[in-house]
Parts: sequence; structure tokens; C-alpha cells
Amino acid sequence: MASHLPPKPTPQHSTATAGGMADSGHARPRGMMRWLLTTNHKEIGTLYLLFSLTMFFIGGIFALVVRAELFQPGLQLVQPEFFNQMTTMHGLIMVFGAIMPAFVGLANWMVPLQIGAPDMALPRLNNFSFWLLPVAFLLLLSTLLMPGGGPNFGWTFYAPLSTTYAPPSTSFFILSLHLAGISSILGAINIIATILNLRAPGMRLMDMPLFVWTWLITAFLLIAVMPVLAGVITMMLMDINFGTSFFNAAGGGDPVLFQHLFWFFGHPEVYIMILPAFGIVSAIIPTFSRKRLFGYASMVYATAAIAILSFMVWAHHMFIVGLPLVAELFFMYTTMLIAVPTGVKVFNWIATMFRGSISFEPPMLFALAFVVQFTVGGFSGLMLAIAPADFQYHDTYFVVAHFHYVLVPGALFAILAGAYYWLPKWTGHYPSVRLSQWHFWLSVIGVNLTFFPMHFSGLAGMPRRIPDYALQFVDFNMASSIGGFLFGISQLLFVLVIIKCVRGGEKAPAKAWEGAEDLEWSVPSPAPLHTFETPPEFHPQQH
Amino acid sequence: MRTLLVWMAGGLASAALTPIALASGWNMPEGVTAVSRDIYSLHMIIFWICVIIGVLVFGAMFYSLFRYRHSRGAKSATFHEHTTVEVIWTTIPLLILVAMAVPATATLKTMYDASEADLDIMVTGQQWRWRYEYLGEGVAFTSNLGTPLEQISGNSEKGENYLLEVDEPLVLPVGQKVRLLLTSDDVIHSWWVPELAVKQDAIPGFVNENWVRIEEPGIYRGQCAELCGRNHGFMPVVVEAVEQEQFDEWMAGRKEAAQQEAMSADREWGLDELMSRGEQVYGAVCAACHQPDGSGNMPAFPALAGNQVLLDEPERHITTVIDGVAGSAMPAFRNTLSPVEIAAVVTYERNAWGNEAGDSVQPSEIAERIAGQGE
Amino acid sequence: MSSRDEHATGQEGVRRTVTRTLVVLAGMFAFAFALVPLYDVFCDLTGLNGKTSARAQSLVDQEVDASRMVTVQFITRGSQGLPWHLEVDTRQVRLHPGQREEVFFSFRNNGEETTRARAVPSVSPSEASLHLRKLTCFCFQEQQLAAGEGLKAPLVFQLTRDLPPDIKTVTLVYTLYPVQPAQAEVSLHEPITEGDSA
Repeated sequence: MASHLPPKPTPQHSTATAGGMADSGHARPRGMMRWLLTTNHKEIGTLYLLFSLTMFFIGGIFALVVRAELFQPGLQLVQPEFFNQMTTMHGLIMVFGAIMPAFVGLANWMVPLQIGAPDMALPRLNNFSFWLLPVAFLLLLSTLLMPGGGPNFGWTFYAPLSTTYAPPSTSFFILSLHLAGISSILGAINIIATILNLRAPGMRLMDMPLFVWTWLITAFLLIAVMPVLAGVITMMLMDINFGTSFFNAAGGGDPVLFQHLFWFFGHPEVYIMILPAFGIVSAIIPTFSRKRLFGYASMVYATAAIAILSFMVWAHHMFIVGLPLVAELFFMYTTMLIAVPTGVKVFNWIATMFRGSISFEPPMLFALAFVVQFTVGGFSGLMLAIAPADFQYHDTYFVVAHFHYVLVPGALFAILAGAYYWLPKWTGHYPSVRLSQWHFWLSVIGVNLTFFPMHFSGLAGMPRRIPDYALQFVDFNMASSIGGFLFGISQLLFVLVIIKCVRGGEKAPAKAWEGAEDLEWSVPSPAPLHTFETPPEFHPQQH
Repeated sequence: MRTLLVWMAGGLASAALTPIALASGWNMPEGVTAVSRDIYSLHMIIFWICVIIGVLVFGAMFYSLFRYRHSRGAKSATFHEHTTVEVIWTTIPLLILVAMAVPATATLKTMYDASEADLDIMVTGQQWRWRYEYLGEGVAFTSNLGTPLEQISGNSEKGENYLLEVDEPLVLPVGQKVRLLLTSDDVIHSWWVPELAVKQDAIPGFVNENWVRIEEPGIYRGQCAELCGRNHGFMPVVVEAVEQEQFDEWMAGRKEAAQQEAMSADREWGLDELMSRGEQVYGAVCAACHQPDGSGNMPAFPALAGNQVLLDEPERHITTVIDGVAGSAMPAFRNTLSPVEIAAVVTYERNAWGNEAGDSVQPSEIAERIAGQGE
Repeated sequence: MSSRDEHATGQEGVRRTVTRTLVVLAGMFAFAFALVPLYDVFCDLTGLNGKTSARAQSLVDQEVDASRMVTVQFITRGSQGLPWHLEVDTRQVRLHPGQREEVFFSFRNNGEETTRARAVPSVSPSEASLHLRKLTCFCFQEQQLAAGEGLKAPLVFQLTRDLPPDIKTVTLVYTLYPVQPAQAEVSLHEPITEGDSA
């Protein structure tokens, strides 16, 4: 039976008068202004996390609209044009509004703490990059109310459906994506500058915790590909408003060019959403196995290898657009290669557990579920890499199952694991074990009930993004819809856990988990607003 | 402990479920072509490789979780790297991948075979129907969703082939190599029939190519696989594979019907005839967007009922149907519908749902307009 | 990661890092736009997408390869919003690689106004576009036709001898697109869509 570790007394005691999230010792702006103007990495981290949680629920509601319509064949609740807006908005909001900001929020909170820095390198820029996000997403959501509705062309917005044939609100969609992109870029610059320049004396790059490492690599990916996304949507904007023909065959353009450019951004983007998850899991598994991470160096190299390969695989999203044979072969081989570094990671995690001393606190449960379910997503990814087979899988629910396995029980579970892991540090209290376990088990059941049947509906021939389906897909869809609602509703438990944890609960010491080794566990829980104002002493060997 | 047992039970159950599910037909179809069978066997090989790796990896993981529990008093070891092991588990997956790549490459090469075909067919995607043209035969037609709207809205019981039925299937001879040329009139569509293992994007302004040699007669159903707008889910593909003899008969019948249709354009048509024919055409081609009652669907699809512009300017009405509207979902019907059909549907639209233009459009006018006055 | 970065600390280090990332950022944004012409070059080199050259090429002076025959099909397509008719006088020719061939296309504007259009070519299989040399083609420029006016224009081309031997049929499709779309077009849609330019 899982139970969290007996908190050990630690020499450091909290010197702050109140928790990190409620510090008000200094003469600072109060109320709303305080949050609007804050330049503190912990407060901005909290803002990011709360924003991401909000977006997660909004995107989740859109997903549930989709699942509700698909509960039965026929059109019952919504019309196809609204259905298309829901699938599109669900994707856009979950990718750009929920998963990415959640990782940025975790980075804001934990990167300075893990490297012994007093704050992010560029605190005011940090504030600005956060506040761009609510503006961007309010704008994006407002397109739903515009004449002709919001974006309805899928989160991949293939031209010409998203240009010549798009609703009038598309220019606003592009603007909001630009804002979100700028926010990500500024966040990435800040993270790189922090990691490269503000590490505690004596901490070499190869001493950094893996969460920091994976984020450093992620930030480089962001710097490399977000400008490409900005370029693509700028071209779309010009095609729509200024009569250019980048993607319009009538004017000598090429719709396939859009896909090449989009996926040149899009595939690294996929890894942007999973690399920090690897980092979180690589922190949690050693902690609860009470054993150092196996193969630290190979973890770093594998992450870098995945990042580099991500630039060479984009056309595996385009196996059926009519690529020449050589291109199909090239992209098939490079895609298959990604399985190697990814496999190394999974093997390393298991080797870390092997001959450890394992306990099953909530963060560990989520991390273990991540390993299993992410691997399932990896298997279907390997199947999709096989170009001839992809001719059958492409654009079916098999693909939907694949990327949801990677993103929901993958990236999202890692975020939840991270939240449970660091909540004691953020709030000074342990999250309720009973509630966390309920949250965990309902999430696991819900997520698998939702997405596992999608493998079968896809193989049986159900295309993605359809509002209505043939009768042989009825059972799968019903199961998926029930699972979806179960999963969605059980996330409310997570909110309850957080509220209870902020308000009280069992007090956590500085080192909240017995096996935790990184620097963040040397500051009091809750972490005071200002930490490491004098750099800590760092003794390499941790990894 | 309880947690672990639940984990293991859950894992075992789902592991056991998957092969059962696949065996009971919830799987990729084997299909009726050599290529589709190749793909199916590739799919199954990779699937079983994944299963074996999964059993080993998850087995090792659950063993560790079980064996080295803190609650059981396990003391952790201190090792944290092992070069040999790390090299091994980098190399072995690499070898497995190479083993997978070999048959995959072979299959891909077969799929790209460009040898001469017995029959060439141009497949054009259009929001939201397919148009098939038998090149060199002068036979062409569109294939629209055959499922009645009442079934979709739930007002009548759904048929066996709900959403997978069309008014006119693509008829192909078995045993012949059929070359498919795909393109689109508007957005990107994707022509997919699982049993034939053909899925290829239809891209506006560009031609894609694929081929199929069907081995067994039968009816094979698929759908558009690329999001193409509102009715993306209502754009089925149906292929009817028949023996060569039957195919020839069908082709001859098709040609004769086309000829009769062309001839009938010359005679004078009465209003009632045009109206009843027009209603049929409207239901098959126009109703999906402009709605059965002509009320449209704003902003993309204007209402036809009570549309003053339409009533006041018959010439423009005709032009719009023949030539379509650039950059909108309104296609050009000059090649898709016959002059008789265009005349009938225009007449119908001008006199249905309370529209009272009172005039009728003759097929001969349309034929003249399409051919150009000079010819 | 260079070792210099490791030792750079404090504000100066931050400034240097930021400057560098900004340079990379600007470079990547420019790179996205540079990909457009690069893509065209790439297509020209590999035949990706079946794009053909938009300029007249010269006949490659080589002997006819009489040992094999290739079928070349011509398909013409109209497009929405353009009342033109495009037809080819020969739907299909059989020829030897290296042989020069001439085919005529007829255009007619059936509309009531003078309009402009461009025929956009696409070749399948896409690899064949590398070996298709067009000496004269109406597709190199826009055409303008008055109401009721017709035009007959030749396509002179050659398939080079190095055409891959497994290619037996080459299809050349011309899609006719209006040059000034939407605005000039008066449609039934306009009065009720209110500003919808879709």
C-alpha cells in the first residue's frame, strides 16, 4: 500500500513568515496589481500553472463536446461546423494553452531552485511573456463568437482549408497564435539565459538535474522552430489578406509547401511537449526508488539525440501527400531511429527501479503510469513510422490514439506527477494521499477507456475529425465517450487536492521526500518568496 | 501491495484483450489486393514485435516494482551506470529496427510500381463528393453520399451501410491494374478504401498517383480521410469490383445512357419534367450544403429559398451553377452534371420552396452555353 | 555547450546569451521564408510534386530511343469561377524518349466579359517532371480572352532519354485558374453573405 514517507526532520527551518504563494512581508503592490506586476519566478510560475489549469479545463470541455456528439452515430448535439471548431479549438488550446504553459510554469518554479539561482535571468521579461498568454487565448476564444465561427480546420490548419476556404475570423486566430508564439520564445530565451548563466558555483552542465537539462534542450527547440511557425502563419495571413499565393495553386503556390513548413515546426513541437516530461519523471523515479538515476549521461545524450532527430522526420506526417519513394524511405528510416534514444530512456528508468527501494507515493504512481503508457504511445508511434502501414493508419483514430497516449497519459501525467512531487515545496503541505489516489486511479481508468478503444476504431477504418460515423464503430466510440467523461470529471479531484493542499494538510519539511536529492529540497517548505539570494554550496556527485 | 496487484491485473487484462480484439475483426482489414495483404502482414509483424518488447520491458518493470518494494524492506543498491548494458540496449533495438525496415522497404517499392496500367481513372475531390472519370472512355460521373438526411438527423432508422453508401459507386474490373490519378477542385481531400489499402491525398492544382489491382469481386467502402470542411464526414468512397465481362457491360450501358442524356438535351422539356428531375438532382448534389428546404447555412452557404438575386437574374443563376464561384465551396458543375441535370436543378431552385420565378430553363440552352456559342 | 558558457556568469553572460538567441531567432524566421524558394529549388532537383519548369527549355539534342515507347496523357481541367473551356486535340500520344512532339490546346472564353487565366501544369508520376522538357507552352504566361474569343496554342515538348525505364505512362494535367479571383466575380453568394470573402 502506498503511503508517503515519514517526514524526516531537517536542519533547515522555514524562516519565512508565510508560504511562498502568500508572502506579503515587503512593501509590494497588493491584490491584483501584485500579480500583474510580479517579477518573482515563483509567482510567475504559479500564474503559468493556474493559467494552464484553466485552459486544460476549457480545452477539456471542448473535448467533451466532441465526445458527447460521438457517443452515438448520427448528429444529435452539434452541427458539423461547430464540431470542427470544437476539435480545432481543443487541439490548439491543449497544445499551446495547457501543456506548453504548464511546462513553462514548472520551469519557472523549479529551474532556479534546482540550479541554485535567486530568480530567472530576465524577471521583467518573464512577467511580460506570461501576460501575453491570457491576451492570446482570450482572443482565440473570442473567435468562436465571431460571424462564421472560430477556426474549423484542425489544429494543423492545412492550407487551403485554412486560407482560401477559412472563416473570416482566421486573421484573429493567426494573431493569437503569434502572441502565444512570442510568449513561448521569450520564455525560452529566459530559461536558456538562466540555465547558462545563473547556476550555483561549482555546478557544471553535466551536474544539472535532468529536468533542467531537458528544459534547456526544449528551449533550444523552441528558439529554432517557433520562428518557423511564425513564418508560416505570416504567409497564411498574407495569402488571406494581401493576395499572395504561397499556398494557393491558382497563383503558382503549393498547398503541400504549407505542410512541409508546418511539420518542420510541428514535429519538434511534439518533442517540446514531451522532453520536459522526461525530465520530471527522471527526477521522481530515483527519489521514490531511493537510488541514483541510472545512466545520467546517456539520458542527456538521448534527449539531445531526440531533439536533433526531430528536425529530420517531419515528412512522416505526410506519407500520403505523394512524396517520391526516396523521400518516403528517408523519413521512414529517420523516424524509426527515434525509437533508439527513446528506448534508452525507458530502459534507464527501469534500471533505476531495479534493485532500488521503491515506494508508491502519488508522484511515483503518476510517473510509473507515465512510463507504461508513454511506452504504449511509443509502440504505436513505431507502427506509424512504417510508411507502407501508415498508408492505412494515416488520419484515422489510430493516430488519434497514438498522440493522445503520448500527450495525455504521457505529457499530462508527467505534469501531474510533477505537481504532486513539488506541491509540498510550493505549499508547505503534503497533498491528501487518499484524494490523490482516487484522482490517480480514476484518471488511469478514464484515460485508457478513452484512448485504448481508439486504436481499434482506427484500425477498423474510422477517419479522424468526423462528427458522425458508420455503425461498425459504435461500441468503440461509446466506450471512448464514457472514458472521456470519467477522465474529465476526475480532474476536478485534482483541483480539490490543490485547494486542500494550499489551505492545509500535513506539514512538509524542507526535504519532503526521503529519497529526494536536488537543490530545491534544501530550501524550506513552502519555499520562501526569495531563495538562494546568496548562491548555495553545490557538491557535485548527485547524478 | 494491493496497488501492485491491481496494476498487474490491469496490465494482464489489457495485454490479453488486445490480441483477442484484433482476432475478432477489430483490426486492419487484410484486404483484397497483394499490396493490402503485404501491409497487413507488416502491421501484424510490427504489432507482435511491440508485444514481445512490451512484455519484456513491462515484465522487468513490474518485477522490480514488486521485488524491490520499500515496504518489504528493500535496501537500494548504489550502481548507476553500466556501459556494456547501455551499449547492448542501444544496439539490439537498432538491429530490430533494421529487421523491420527490410520488409517495409520492399512493400513500399511495390506500392510505387509505375508499370503500365490497364485502366486509368481520374479521381477528383470536391466539397463534398468524388468525381470519377474513366480516361479515354468518355465516361464520368460524381459519387455523392447515398444516406438520406433523415437517417443522419435521427428521424429514421440508420441503414446497414450508414454513411458508407453512395448514389453511384466507382465500378472497377477485377484482376486489372487500375491507375488512379487524384486531384481536387477545392481543398485537400484524401481518397481511402481500407480493403484496397489505397489512401492518397487529392491536392488542388496537383496530381497524385496510385494504383490498385483488385483480386476479388465485391463492394469495398471507405471515406475521405483528410479534413475538408463541414461535410468531411459525409464523403464516402464506394468501389464495386466486378468481373471483366460485367465491367464491359456496365461500361457499354454507361456510354449509351450518356448518349441518351445528351440527345435528350435537344428536345423541349416541360416544367413538370424538369421539376421532378431537378428535385432528384438537388437532393443528391445541392441539399447537403444549401439544405433540403433551400434555407442554406450561413455564412458559407447562402439560402436559395427567397433569394431575390437568384430570382431576378436567371442568367447569373445559370452561370453560377455552370462555372461555380472562385474561392468558395460552390464548384463548377459544367463537367459534373449533364446539361439536362443543370437545367432541371436550376428550374427546380427557381420554383421550389415558395420561389415563384415561373420560368423554366431548357437543357438545350445550357448545352449551348457550355459548348460555347461558336461551336 | 561550450566551456565558455559554463563560466560566464552574471549580467554580462545573460546579455551575451540573449543576443545570441535573438540572432538565432531572427535567422530561423528568415529561414522559414527562405524555405519557400528553397522548396522550389528542391522540387526542381527532385521532381517533388510534379512541378514543371515555368520557362521554355531547349530541346536536348539527343537521339530518339526507339527501343521503348511511353504514353503521354493530357488532361485539362477548369476551375470554379472561370467561364472558360479548355480542350486538348490529342488526349494521348505514344512516343519514344527523345522524340519531339507537338500537341494543340484550345481555349475559349464562354463568359460575357474579358477575363484572364493561367493554366497550371502538374505531372504524374512526379519523377517524370524532371525529364519533361517543354519548348513552347501556353502555361508559361497568363492568357487573356475577350467574351466568346477562342485561342489555339501549342505545347511542344520532349521526354528526355534518361526517363527512368519503369515509367511507362506520363500524365500531364493542366488546371485553368482565373488570374483575378473573387473580386471580379459577381456571384449569387455576395448579396447575402455580407462581407464574407471566403
